[in-house]
Amino acid sequence: MDTAIEVEGLVVERGRRTVLHGIDCAIPAGRVTGLLGPSGSGKTTLIRAIVGVQVVKAGTVTVLGLPAGAPGLRRRVGYVTQAPSVYADLSVRENARYFATLYGLGAAAADQAIRDVGLAGATNQLVGDLSGGQRSRASLACAMIGDPGLLVLDEPTVGQDPVLRAELWATFHDLAARGTTLVVSSHVMDEANRCDRLILIREGRIIADDTPDAIRQGSDDLEEAFLKLVRTS
Amino acid sequence: MIMLATAARVLRQLRHDRRTVALLLVVPSLLLTLLYFMYDGSPAFDRIALTMLGVFPFVIMFLVTSIAMLRERTTGTLERLLTTPLGKLDLLFGYGLAFGLAAAAQAAVTVGTAYAILGLETAGNAGLVVLIAVINAVLGVALGLFCSAFARTEFQAVQFLPVVVVPQLLLCGLFVPRGQMSGWLQAISDVLPLTYAVDALLHAGTTTMWRDLTVVSGAVVLALILAAATLRRRTP
Repeated sequence: MDTAIEVEGLVVERGRRTVLHGIDCAIPAGRVTGLLGPSGSGKTTLIRAIVGVQVVKAGTVTVLGLPAGAPGLRRRVGYVTQAPSVYADLSVRENARYFATLYGLGAAAADQAIRDVGLAGATNQLVGDLSGGQRSRASLACAMIGDPGLLVLDEPTVGQDPVLRAELWATFHDLAARGTTLVVSSHVMDEANRCDRLILIREGRIIADDTPDAIRQGSDDLEEAFLKLVRTS
Repeated sequence: MIMLATAARVLRQLRHDRRTVALLLVVPSLLLTLLYFMYDGSPAFDRIALTMLGVFPFVIMFLVTSIAMLRERTTGTLERLLTTPLGKLDLLFGYGLAFGLAAAAQAAVTVGTAYAILGLETAGNAGLVVLIAVINAVLGVALGLFCSAFARTEFQAVQFLPVVVVPQLLLCGLFVPRGQMSGWLQAISDVLPLTYAVDALLHAGTTTMWRDLTVVSGAVVLALILAAATLRRRTP
């Protein structure tokens, strides 16, 4: 299995607090890897390090063979921040078309991404007038434009209704089947079952890095397995 | 290309905010009209009104830009933009171009009102006054882009108006002619860009104007370089 992201000895300090204490992990290419942990565990910081916007204290992050944040990666990595980072005073289409232009693409790529996230019915609405769930899908659409080889999504399914959530996960697996690597963070345990691989993170340390089946260890409850891992780690 | 797309995006955002557009276009003319009635036919109106034609775009674009850029920072769009192929200068010049065009529209309305309705009389021609107004607006944009880096909230951003803009206004020669200021005040006035912007208006059409505009343009470039230095792809 090819590795898309290699993290070695990653230490990150924010303010005076050490947020990540020497993280090591390898994220496989062409798979959906879930990054799970309670809020405040360091998921977002790890994600920021992967997309190369985080100042790191020590360690290396290699993404698609290049150091994280390298100029060569800017066309190949799509990033969705936790709070939807789209322009509230532009319509969905205007947002998507602007981001498409940044990647040197036209209106067709933008419209395709809008359809992929199920916002075709809201293309002309201002993002500021959308519901929270729609807004985060608008943000997701802007990251999917131009089929980046790596999609890094920080809690993309928060606030989505169950039907849409299932559709989004189906979209993620479609993308993975076409060779895209996805890293999806969540603090909802029931989403873990939908990932090909899981990294459980707590208080800035990785407490498990395996397939969902292996982490469950026979029990059918991931939450239970997570608790067991916390107690033994 | 990305720079033009960014400018177009900023203008689209502005277009969706009709009230801001209306305020931008109408308020300076209303204020000039107020001045007209205050001075009630006194010749001082010509000098004050001409100066204000340079001051309005500077102040307004400074405010608009600092808030717009602060929003890019606080909503996460800046962080996201900096992970895309967009260059820092694409963003800065995109803003400069967009608000420069907005300022051109504003200046056209204000200058039109001043000459056609309020009977403003100046030595230089109205076209040059519009040009200087636009350069002043771009100066406001450049300083706004730079200052927004030091504000974390809208409250703080607005406070930069008294810090950055008002001293320039007080010392530019509008209230007390520069020649009557004490030496140290003149020295401060000498290094403030708005001084040259106002001087350019009073000398529209002369070589002094071109010298002044060169100084103002230099200040714009300097502020943009400083602003670029505040845009970090990696943050703590």
